[in-house]
Amino acid sequence: MAIGTLDTFPKLLMHHAQVRGGRPAIREKDLGIWQTWTWKRFADEVRALACGLHADGLRRGDHVALVSDNRPRLYAAMCAVQCLGGVPVPLYQDAVAEEMLFPIQNAEITLAFAEDQEQVDKLLEILPRCPTLARIYYDEPRGLRHYKQPQLRSYDELLDAGRKMDQSVVDREIDKGSGNDVAGMFFTSGTTAAPKGVVHTHASLLGPARTAAEMERLGEKDVILAYLPPAWIGQNIFSCAQAFVTGYCICCPEAPETVMNDMREIGPTYYFAPPRVLEALLTQVSIRIEDLWWGGRRAYEFFMAVARRVGGSILEGKPVSLGDRLLYWLGELFLYGPLRNVLGMSRVRVAYTAGEAIGPDLFKFYRSLGINLKQLYGSTETAVFVCIQPDGEVRSDTVGPAVRGVELRFSPERELLIRSDGLFREYYKNPEATRQAKDAEGWFHTGDAGFFDAGGHVKIIDRVKDVGKLADGTLFAPKYLENKLKFFPYIKEAVCFGDLREKVCAFINIDPEAIGNWAEKRNMPYSGYTDLASRDEVYDLVRECVERVNADLAAEPEIANSQIHRFLILHKELEADDGELTRTRKVRRGFIGEKYEPLLKALYSSDSMVHVNAQVRYEDGRTGTFSADLKIRDASTFAPAAAKQAA
Amino acid sequence: MILSVENVSLAFGGVKALSDVSFDVKEHEVRAIIGPNGAGKSSMLNVLNGVYHPQKGTIRFKDKVFADMDSHEAAALGIARTFQNIALFKGMSVLDNIMTGRNLKMRCNFVQQALWLGPAKREEIEHRRAVEEIIDFLEIQHIRRTPVGRLPYGLQKRVELGRALAAEPKLLLLDEPMAGMNLEEKQDMCRFVLEVNDQFGTTIVLIEHDMGVVMDISDRVVVLDYGRKIADGTPEEVRNDQKVIDAYLGVAH
Repeated sequence: MAIGTLDTFPKLLMHHAQVRGGRPAIREKDLGIWQTWTWKRFADEVRALACGLHADGLRRGDHVALVSDNRPRLYAAMCAVQCLGGVPVPLYQDAVAEEMLFPIQNAEITLAFAEDQEQVDKLLEILPRCPTLARIYYDEPRGLRHYKQPQLRSYDELLDAGRKMDQSVVDREIDKGSGNDVAGMFFTSGTTAAPKGVVHTHASLLGPARTAAEMERLGEKDVILAYLPPAWIGQNIFSCAQAFVTGYCICCPEAPETVMNDMREIGPTYYFAPPRVLEALLTQVSIRIEDLWWGGRRAYEFFMAVARRVGGSILEGKPVSLGDRLLYWLGELFLYGPLRNVLGMSRVRVAYTAGEAIGPDLFKFYRSLGINLKQLYGSTETAVFVCIQPDGEVRSDTVGPAVRGVELRFSPERELLIRSDGLFREYYKNPEATRQAKDAEGWFHTGDAGFFDAGGHVKIIDRVKDVGKLADGTLFAPKYLENKLKFFPYIKEAVCFGDLREKVCAFINIDPEAIGNWAEKRNMPYSGYTDLASRDEVYDLVRECVERVNADLAAEPEIANSQIHRFLILHKELEADDGELTRTRKVRRGFIGEKYEPLLKALYSSDSMVHVNAQVRYEDGRTGTFSADLKIRDASTFAPAAAKQAA
Repeated sequence: MILSVENVSLAFGGVKALSDVSFDVKEHEVRAIIGPNGAGKSSMLNVLNGVYHPQKGTIRFKDKVFADMDSHEAAALGIARTFQNIALFKGMSVLDNIMTGRNLKMRCNFVQQALWLGPAKREEIEHRRAVEEIIDFLEIQHIRRTPVGRLPYGLQKRVELGRALAAEPKLLLLDEPMAGMNLEEKQDMCRFVLEVNDQFGTTIVLIEHDMGVVMDISDRVVVLDYGRKIADGTPEEVRNDQKVIDAYLGVAH
C-alpha cells in the first residue's frame, strides 16, 4: 500500500510497519515478563480494531473517550479511532464519575474505551445522563462477567470481529485523512472553571513533536517509559506523537506502583519527570544513604561534593582540571554509575522537567550525576514544546529559548505570547474562551508572566494576574520570590507582599521536619512547630536564607527592587483546611493578607514584635485561641551594582 | 454438597471444644462461621483440614467419608487454608512464598530439579506462570520480590491468600482474613474473596468477627457458642435469631 505524505498518525503507523515492521513499538510487562509488540503487530491490531469500530458505526468527526492507564491497547484504540477520522478524547483514569460527565456531554462522546471494571462502573454510573454514549468497550474482563448492559462489549470481541472483515475500508479512510483533521482533544483540569476541551490537529501535534525530536536527535533506538496519565497532553506527545515521528519504543509499566522497578529494567533513553517526581526520587536516595555506615556516608558526601563542583561542567564538555577529572572518574566508578543504575537512568540521553519551578539544588543533583536533565516550557494549548534548553545552555532558573518555528513576545503586562504551528485549533464549543486565549493575529496568551534574560532564555516568574508593581513602579512577582525561598529545605511555605507598597516583606512557614532535625543535631529541645518558630536561632537561620535570596535578586536588574526587607515566621503552619492554601497547596495570598492583617501592618511598621491573638482550629474540629508575641526581623539587602561587583 | 460435617465432637482432655456440631457447605457458596471468643470456630476449621482429629463424628468431602482428616490428605483433596496469625516464610519473597503453594503440583523428582533438566525447567515455567497469574489477580506486582517480613500486615494477609490459591483448591478455609485490617484493606480483601468465589468457582468457608463483612459476603452462616451450633441459615435469619443475639449480647440469668 502506498502511504503518501506522512501527515497523520495512522499514515505514520503504516509507514513504520513497512520500514521497521520488526522493531519494537510498544512493550508491556505482563505476568512478570516484558511482552513486545512490533510496529507490524501494532499496525495489524490497529487496522482490525478500526474495522470493528467502522462496523459499529464510528464515522469521521465522532468523539471517542478513552479511560485507561498506559497500555498498548489504549494506544492501539486511540490510533484506530484516528484511522477512521474519529477524535480520541483521553480522560484522566483517576477522575471520579462526576468529573467525567462534563467532557462526555460536552464532546458528545459516542463510544468509550474503558480499561477495567473500575472504569466501566464509572461510565455506567453517568450513562443515564449521557444520551450520546452508545457503546463501552472494556479491555480487562475481570469482574464484568455478570454485567448485562447492552452497551458493553469487550475489546477482544471487537478485535476478533475486525480481524474477520475486509480491511480495505480502513485503508480508504486512512487515505482520506489529512494533517488538518482533528487528531485529539485534551480537557484542561478545570480547577478554577469548567474544563475546556483543547482541540489539536494532526499537524499541531506532530509538528512540534518532530521539531523537538530533530533537535534532540531522537531515533528508532530510543526508549521511553509511559508512566504519566494518558489524558495529559505531555504523555501523548512523549509516548505517542514523538514515537510515531521517530519510531522509538514506548514501554508501559506493569502497575502504577512498579514504575521505579520497571524503569530500572527498561532503562529508558528519553525521560520526562515533573519536579515533584524528581524530588521524591532524591528523597528515597537520601533516606537510603542515611542508613549507611558512617564510612559509606562520608564517601557519598565526598563524591557528591566533587560531582556538584565539576559534574555539570563535565557533562557540558567544559574544561576541568586533571585532578578533578580523576576524582570524578573514581566517583563515576563507585557512586554515580551505580546510583544512576538504581534510579533507572543509566541510559538516559535526554531528560526533561517542566510544570513548575525546580529547585537549583535538586536540578544540580541530577545533572552532576551525569544525567542530561533540561527544562522546557509548554502547555496543553501549545502541544508542549515552546521552549527547550539546548545542550550546553542549561540553567535551573530559565526554561530556555524558543524552539525552532515558535515565535515569542511579551505583552506590555509581561504576559508571554506564543505563535507556532503547534497551537491548538480551538476550545471545543467555546468560541468565547478561544477568542480570549487566541487573538486575531494568532497569538496565544499564556497567562504566564516573564521576561527574556541576558542570554535570550525565557524566564517565567508568575501568573500574570498575580504580578504586581511596587510603589516605585518596578516589577513585583510574589511567586518567583516565594519559590526562591521555598528551595531552601528549611522553608516550607512563604507568602510575599509588596504590591503597591514601597518594599517587599514576607511571612515564612518553616519546615518542621527539616528544622526539627537541625535542632536535634544541635541538642536543642523543642515542643513543636510554634516553639521552633519563635526561636532566635531559627530566625537567624531563616534570615540567612532570605539574605541569600536577596543577593540572588540583586543580580537580576529586572527584579532587584523586590528584595525582602523584613520577615516574620508565622506561629502556625498554613493549611488548606483553614482556607490558607488551595487543595493543590498554592498559597492564597489575598486571603492570608486579610486574615493576618495586624501582622502585615506590623511588618510595614518599624516594630520588632507583634502580638498575635488567633483562633486556631484543631483537627477534631474544635477551636481554641492562641496568643503570643511574634518577632519581626530585618534582612540585609544588596545594592544591584554591588552584587555585580561581588559576583 | 461439597462438604458436610456430621455430629463432630472434639475435646482436649476435659475441655470440650466442639460438641456434636453438624453443618454442610454447598458447592460454590461462601459459608461463614461466627461466634463469640472461644466458641470453637478455629477448632472447627482445624478439624476440617486435619490439624485436629475429632473424637466423634464424620466429615464427608466430595462423597468420601472420613472419621478424621490428615493435613496432607486434605491438601491433596483440594482443601487450602490461611491462618489467623499469618504463617508465611518471612525471609522469602512474595513470589517464593506463593510458589510453595504449588508444592503438591510439582511432579519432577529431586534429581531432575537439582540438575535443572528439561522437564524440571518446563514445569517451573508452568508453575511460575500460575503464580504470576495469582500475583496479577491479587494486584501485588509491586512486591513480587520483597521479603514477606518487610510487608505491612494487610499485604501479608493478601500474600497468604495467594499461597492458598496457588494450590488451586476446591475448598478454601479462611481464618479471620480481615482481622486487624483498616477499612480500605477490608474492602479489598472482600473484593478478592468474592472474586475468587466468582471467577474460580472456589467454595469458601471463612471465620470472621466483622459482622458487616460476614453479612455482606456470605451466603449462609453457622453460629457456634461454647462449642455448640446455635444457629444456621442466611445472614438475615441468623441476625434475627434470639439465641444468636443472646450469645453475643449476653442474657440476664
